[in-house]
Amino acid sequence: MSILVIAEHDNGSLKTATLNTVTAAAAIGGDVDILVAGYGCDAAAQEAAKAAGVGKVIVADNACYEHQLPEAVAPLVAEVGKGYTHILAAATTTGKNLMPRVAALLDVDQISDIIEVKGEDTFVRPIYAGNAMATVQTSDPIKVVTVRTTAFAEAAKDGSATVESNAHTVEQSKAQFVGEQLSKSERPELTAASVVISGGRGMQNGENFALLEKVADKLGAAIGASRAAVDAGFVPNDYQVGQTGKIVAPDLYIAVGISGAIQHLAGMKDSKVIVAINKDEEAPIFQVADYGLVADLFKALPELEEAL
Amino acid sequence: MKVLVGIKRVVDAYVRVRVKSDGTGVDLTNAKMAINPFCEIAVEEAIRLKEAGAADEVIAVSIGPAAAQEQIRTALALGSDRGILVQTEEALEPLAVAKVLKAIVEKEGIDLVILGKQSIDTDNNQVGQMLAALLNVPQGTFACKAEVKDGKIEVTREIDGGEQTVMLDLPAVVTTDLRLNEPRYASLPNIMKAKKKPIDTLSAADLGVEVGSNIKTLSVAPPAERSAGVKVESVAALVDKLKNEAKVI
Ligand SMILES: Cc1cc2nc3c(=O)[nH]c(=O)nc-3n(C[C@H](O)[C@H](O)[C@H](O)COP(=O)(O)OP(=O)(O)OC[C@H]3O[C@@H](n4cnc5c(N)ncnc54)[C@H](O)[C@@H]3O)c2cc1C
Ligand SMILES: Cc1cc2nc3c(=O)[nH]c(=O)nc-3n(C[C@H](O)[C@H](O)[C@H](O)COP(=O)(O)OP(=O)(O)OC[C@H]3O[C@@H](n4cnc5c(N)ncnc54)[C@H](O)[C@@H]3O)c2cc1C
Repeated sequence: MSILVIAEHDNGSLKTATLNTVTAAAAIGGDVDILVAGYGCDAAAQEAAKAAGVGKVIVADNACYEHQLPEAVAPLVAEVGKGYTHILAAATTTGKNLMPRVAALLDVDQISDIIEVKGEDTFVRPIYAGNAMATVQTSDPIKVVTVRTTAFAEAAKDGSATVESNAHTVEQSKAQFVGEQLSKSERPELTAASVVISGGRGMQNGENFALLEKVADKLGAAIGASRAAVDAGFVPNDYQVGQTGKIVAPDLYIAVGISGAIQHLAGMKDSKVIVAINKDEEAPIFQVADYGLVADLFKALPELEEAL
Repeated sequence: MKVLVGIKRVVDAYVRVRVKSDGTGVDLTNAKMAINPFCEIAVEEAIRLKEAGAADEVIAVSIGPAAAQEQIRTALALGSDRGILVQTEEALEPLAVAKVLKAIVEKEGIDLVILGKQSIDTDNNQVGQMLAALLNVPQGTFACKAEVKDGKIEVTREIDGGEQTVMLDLPAVVTTDLRLNEPRYASLPNIMKAKKKPIDTLSAADLGVEVGSNIKTLSVAPPAERSAGVKVESVAALVDKLKNEAKVI
């Protein structure tokens, strides 16, 4: 078996999601290589070479991959991936955008968002917002898989893979990069943070998120939100935790003014310890919370900040 | 411009599904079914394009059982012009769905395909990207904004770190995210009118598409349950538990 892991990176550095994916690859077994496609991405490639257990890092460093548009990267991955039994990427928005396109080019199915490796061809994945776990088996000659990063630990960074470059280029002009508005934050990345504190509709407005930020500062936490809070414009899109937002599994998840709809639970119920602060003692969030505090958040949050 | 929207019949988002005791799947007997919420957003976007004069015709297609006609009727009541049901009793994997959609795009001469980013039942998030690959056209996935300009479409996408904007040549495939629009409700007169709009029924074989798959679902199991914990009386008690019992802070 030979597994190609698609690196997630921003040219300058490797995203830790790649290391979680390497661990999933190791669980399948066999040789693990990493493909880094980008432009001016040497630093990311050097970091990838340190991932434990990786034999080779293949670097496709070309202007055509600058913004990693799937229209350019998918044909490259399909070309390089032809020689492998498995192609894996993280189930991030980048991986989700890319991998089905790769699978279709190879005329194989894709298996989304696996949380467990049962064997080289058998994987477990959640369906119905995590209310059911499907075990699926594929007989496709190349298995194209995305990996839920919270289900696999990060691979260590003590490896020393060889780095080789790949000169393949893809010319396409049908899709053009126009721009990017990235949220700037000093806080840890939501999906990788060990503490997450999320606010819901109960926060009432965006300004009140300052109450959460003060607690987050004390805990070194990332900030998340329910869909209702994002839809209402309290916080940006990329804060959304849930079935159709980000999946998180920190050591500590604090849900504040969030009722606990199944779509929200799907994104956080694998957290190690869950705390809920809600003024309604019947709120469904309390059914999954290890510690529930029935209280008005506008009173509880300043107290919490004080007590930490 | 001709727009195709994909409509999937799924269990209603607020139904709590249960796994069957024999582990073969989930029990959907008598469960309320609906249009996948992301597909509803796709229909709304297509109709707005038509209202803005950018689209001439909106075609709603569903691949599924005969009962999926209900969801097509809803799409017609919302303003789609006509429907296509590709009838199948077996569950198709995303690649097969994409192959069927490709055949329809080619048959109908479609300029823009709008799909949901994911279905809330199988949560695959694949069909749009696969269709774009099969058609060799660009893709704008997880769209929160889409604007047709000079024969192209500019799409702003929700990505993990924020937003990204791309300009795509048409034909193209766009998949919808939650913030693209707020779907309207169908009015009673429009529901009545929709009854007269045409729905063609075809089979995958009629389109010359092979829908087999190499994926087998071996079993479906319920998730590990979390047991409800304790209620604490005060913030001080909470902090004490987190420090001394859970040891997470
Ligand atoms: C297709 C689809 C996808 C979805 N995807 C997601 C998703 O990914 N993530 C997600 O989160 N949701 C998602 N949802 C939405 C989900 O169904 C819920 O509507 C949403 O999670 C509700 O957010 P909320 O808990 O903040 O709001 P509400 O349900 O309105 O709850 C607000 C809570 O705040 C409490 N509260 C109010 N004031 C105070 C106060 N002063 N002090 C303490 N508590 C207070 C209330 O008691 C209440 O429990 C999706 C829905 C659909 C249909
Ligand atoms: C009776 C039954 C049983 C099923 N059992 C399983 C199962 O056990 N395991 C499993 O993985 N899947 C099962 N499915 C679902 C089927 O496999 C999915 O339709 C297919 O995998 C597409 O995946 P998705 O909907 O998650 O794709 P996504 O990529 O998440 O869908 C994105 C978008 O593509 C479009 N789209 C998707 N499907 C259709 C469609 N049928 N018609 C029109 N547009 C569509 C929609 O716009 C949708 O919003 C079952 C379906 C049925 C009817």
